[in-house]
Amino acid sequence: MFQPLSRQAEMIHSASLVVLAITAGIFIVVSLLLVYVVWKFRRKGPEDDLKEPPQIYGSTHIELAWTVVPIIIVLVLILVTSRTIGEIQNRKMPPNAVEIRLIGHQWWWEVRYEKEGIVTANELHVPVSQRTGEGMRPTQIFLESADVIHSFWVPQLAGKTDLVPNKKNQTWIEPFAKGTFFGNCAEYCGTQHANMLLRVVVEDPEDYEKWVQTMKQPPAAPQTGLAAQGHKAFFENSCINCHTVDGTIAGGVYGPDLSKLMTRQTIGAGVAPLTPETLRAWVRDPQTLKTGCFMPDMKLLDSEVDAITAYLLTLK
Amino acid sequence: MTAAPAQSLEWKLPSARKVAVISLILTESSLFTIFLVAYLFYMGKSLNGPYPSEVLAFPLLATIALLSSSVTIVFSEMALHRGNKAAFHVWWAITIGLGTYFLWFTGMEWKHLIFTENLTLATNVFGTTFYALVGLHASHVIIGLLLLTLVFVLSLLGKVAGDHREHIEMISWYWHFVDAIWIVVVTVVYLISTRY
Amino acid sequence: MTPQTADDNFEIPPPEAIGHERGSLTRIVQELVFTVDHKKLGLMYIASGLLFFVVAGLMASLIRIQLAVPRNNFLEPDVFNRLFTMHGTAMVFFVGMPMLFGFANYLIPLMVGARDMAFPRLNAFGFWVFFFSGLLLFFSYLGAPGLYAAGSAPDVGWFAYSPLTAKAFSRGHSTDYWTLSILLGGIGSIATSINIIVTALCLRCKGMILGRMPLFVWIYLVVAFLIIIAIPPLSACQIMLILDRYFGAHFFDTQAGGSAVLWQHFFWIFGHPEVYILMLPGFAIASEVIPVFSRKPIFGYPVMVAASVLIAFISLGVWAHHMFAVGMTSIGNTFFAISTLLVAVPTGIKIFNWIGTMYGGKLRFELPMLFCLAFLFQFLIAGLTGVMLGVAPFDWQLTDSYFVVAHFHYVLIGGLLFTIFSGIYYWYPKALGKMPNFKLGLLHFLLFMAGFHITFFPQHISGFLGMPRRIYTYDAGRGWDLWNLISSLGVILQAAGILFFVINLIYSYVKGGKAGDDPWDAWTLEWAASSPPPDYNFETLPEVRSRRPLWDLKHPDDPDWKYE
Repeated sequence: MFQPLSRQAEMIHSASLVVLAITAGIFIVVSLLLVYVVWKFRRKGPEDDLKEPPQIYGSTHIELAWTVVPIIIVLVLILVTSRTIGEIQNRKMPPNAVEIRLIGHQWWWEVRYEKEGIVTANELHVPVSQRTGEGMRPTQIFLESADVIHSFWVPQLAGKTDLVPNKKNQTWIEPFAKGTFFGNCAEYCGTQHANMLLRVVVEDPEDYEKWVQTMKQPPAAPQTGLAAQGHKAFFENSCINCHTVDGTIAGGVYGPDLSKLMTRQTIGAGVAPLTPETLRAWVRDPQTLKTGCFMPDMKLLDSEVDAITAYLLTLK
Repeated sequence: MTAAPAQSLEWKLPSARKVAVISLILTESSLFTIFLVAYLFYMGKSLNGPYPSEVLAFPLLATIALLSSSVTIVFSEMALHRGNKAAFHVWWAITIGLGTYFLWFTGMEWKHLIFTENLTLATNVFGTTFYALVGLHASHVIIGLLLLTLVFVLSLLGKVAGDHREHIEMISWYWHFVDAIWIVVVTVVYLISTRY
Repeated sequence: MTPQTADDNFEIPPPEAIGHERGSLTRIVQELVFTVDHKKLGLMYIASGLLFFVVAGLMASLIRIQLAVPRNNFLEPDVFNRLFTMHGTAMVFFVGMPMLFGFANYLIPLMVGARDMAFPRLNAFGFWVFFFSGLLLFFSYLGAPGLYAAGSAPDVGWFAYSPLTAKAFSRGHSTDYWTLSILLGGIGSIATSINIIVTALCLRCKGMILGRMPLFVWIYLVVAFLIIIAIPPLSACQIMLILDRYFGAHFFDTQAGGSAVLWQHFFWIFGHPEVYILMLPGFAIASEVIPVFSRKPIFGYPVMVAASVLIAFISLGVWAHHMFAVGMTSIGNTFFAISTLLVAVPTGIKIFNWIGTMYGGKLRFELPMLFCLAFLFQFLIAGLTGVMLGVAPFDWQLTDSYFVVAHFHYVLIGGLLFTIFSGIYYWYPKALGKMPNFKLGLLHFLLFMAGFHITFFPQHISGFLGMPRRIYTYDAGRGWDLWNLISSLGVILQAAGILFFVINLIYSYVKGGKAGDDPWDAWTLEWAASSPPPDYNFETLPEVRSRRPLWDLKHPDDPDWKYE
């Protein structure tokens, strides 16, 4: 969080620097005082035991002083806090803002660009924003949950906002730099809370548009070879009950949408990079990669595993 | 324990029983507050009926009974104070009767709600919070009645002596507390929430 | 002894025969089970607290082994989740609470010059309810497999956010064990707290007006009030959870219009005062130890009392600072940020007053004082990280990260546990009549302090670097590896420290030098009783004229009551 690369993270960063400076100052002053007092008034030898030191019961002036000074410091902190809260929470989104619906599931993220009609998982693509002027294009994220509470947190882009079932939350990000940023689910949500990872890919506006166009095309059904067999096997097994593939009868909503599976960088919400090998291992038995996740071991034959993997590899 | 000259001041401390019962009432109030807040929070948030406005009728007689039992218990105490055992028994019995009537009324009301209106704990958030709040209060009425009956029986057996006056006063404090809670509950449940 | 009832064959056996001779095992068990003596119950509270502490500490060690390196396969995710849930629940409810009640039980009657607590049997009831609720929690490891063996120990986290606790997401009975043991424990806590209030208010010896009550008793009075106000919300939400899980109620059922956030509000209305319920007893101990080893009275007694009351009062209005990320309005967030930051003022006053007490004194670095000095330093850090967390925007980054983990371990270990150790060493001679061994104690102090900082300081940094709490594993390359490794290594030192502590407790009891009635040359009434005190505490009930009755006794030429 000390390398903020978005407007919100920068706002938080500057507020936290003020807080850090104040607390560090207090720490230095008080701990020096403590060390001084402990050293200065230590027992110096047996002769100290003969006579008790002067008995002081208190001093109204001194106590007043160390009541008033903290109050003033707290007032400063309160001002900084309220200002930053207001700036972040009450920020108006411009009409060109990208809008994303992010829905938390046990243990993956459903990503929906409702305006563009794109559905994917565990990966946000957003355009880079300029600080001012025409190129300023923040992204607004609407947060919902399908089951328990999750929390959205990409430290370099934004602080946390929870995804609460039966409650509509929102946050926004406005990245100033390109790159891939990592986030975790930050509210304990069950067995695989640790492997509920999110990445945010920040791209040039042109690349982002290109990505949007690719994502809009439904995948072509393979006609020949192993992939075609896999296509058949995919629809004959129960895969379609939980997964969606655009343009087919597969319309399950329980698991991640697979239409554009191969555009993603990871599998299992970030448990492993998405490669033909990990994909095959996942189709073979997801429980070996991500213990406790809700996709069961389908007990497929080796030939079916190969074929379905080949089919899934065409989904891009 | 002191080297100072002996002190002349008289040493008086608050009664342990009173402090304990006040603490108990404080902690019980805190418990009721949470259930009240839950009820208020879910007011008008039920996704399906029945709704409070459709099924709740103001329990006028029960309320009068419970509130007047707070008066009769005071009469009873005053009788004990005067040493009039017979009057104490009569007023005490009336108090028990009024409390029992209240409990009976609640039972009838619940029977009606459950079997006629099909409102249970699981029907909607109104049912959930209603039964929890009113039930919590009713459970306190039951505890109060048990205490009252215990005292009544012991007193008939001649086991209640003059130095038990404070014990009896404490039970009456608890009973007043149960009544006071009912005023809040009845206002929230039967007056405010019936707008939904 | 002759039989007392001659009319039937039943003979009441003479007292000696009931439990065999003194010192036998049955006799000891009998004494423990039937006792209503506040001193025995106090020691039993502390002993069972220590027992649960060791168990929950071992759990934490397993957690640190798993997290030492990225993608470690030492523990399964479910096992890990159960461990941190049990660790947190046990440490808060079955280590912190009994420790604080133990000190209260042992010391308050002695300090106010009474023969026992106000309600000795209620006191025993409170202890046994607590003890069995603790056993119930740990029994979940054996008893909870339930439906399709889908559960074992609870794995919902110590604050168990709904709807993760709903039947749909938490099958089996593990969550029920959690709920019931906490509900039960709460009843015990309330019973004991009412007892503390009544004892402090109604059993004071002659002359001990409220303004002369030792600060220790004052702070405990505040804590007890805080408990009876804050525990019922916890009990209420446990009752609601039981209704939800067993009777189909919808308090936290988001499918039926229920609110997941309501649980958080109710839980933290309890949960935040709970932090002060645990921390104030630490202040109470420090407020006794620091003056005695500085050879000066506490600086600004009335202000210390006022600050304690103020902390308790404010703490009832800050709960939602645990929920800044839950999506409250900006006004709500600002309100709770302000109230949270205000707590810093009375807390600061306390730290300054302790420093003021030491200023101009002659500091003796005995074991209790060493732990208290470390406490002052560590609590300063904990307080300042608390201020950072109170600043809501900063909190959006830090909450639910390892920074929070580091913060509250600085509060509860650096603050509370260090004062508990201090208290144990300070009153050890009183309770057992033997002096604790200084060398072993010093080893304990140095090892534990070093281990504590090595373990928890790096967690601030991994939190800053984006590591969320409660994850059972993490990927390499996010900058967390080194900090986690250091953190795990610190556990070894902590464990060694605790080992020396336990050795010291036993060794000093067996071989320690005899302690007189007043080995530290202290000033409060418990040091006027013999060590260990007899069942009735004082032969004649004392009478006091100032806050430091024993000072008056020792310095008849310059008594305190002249100045108060």
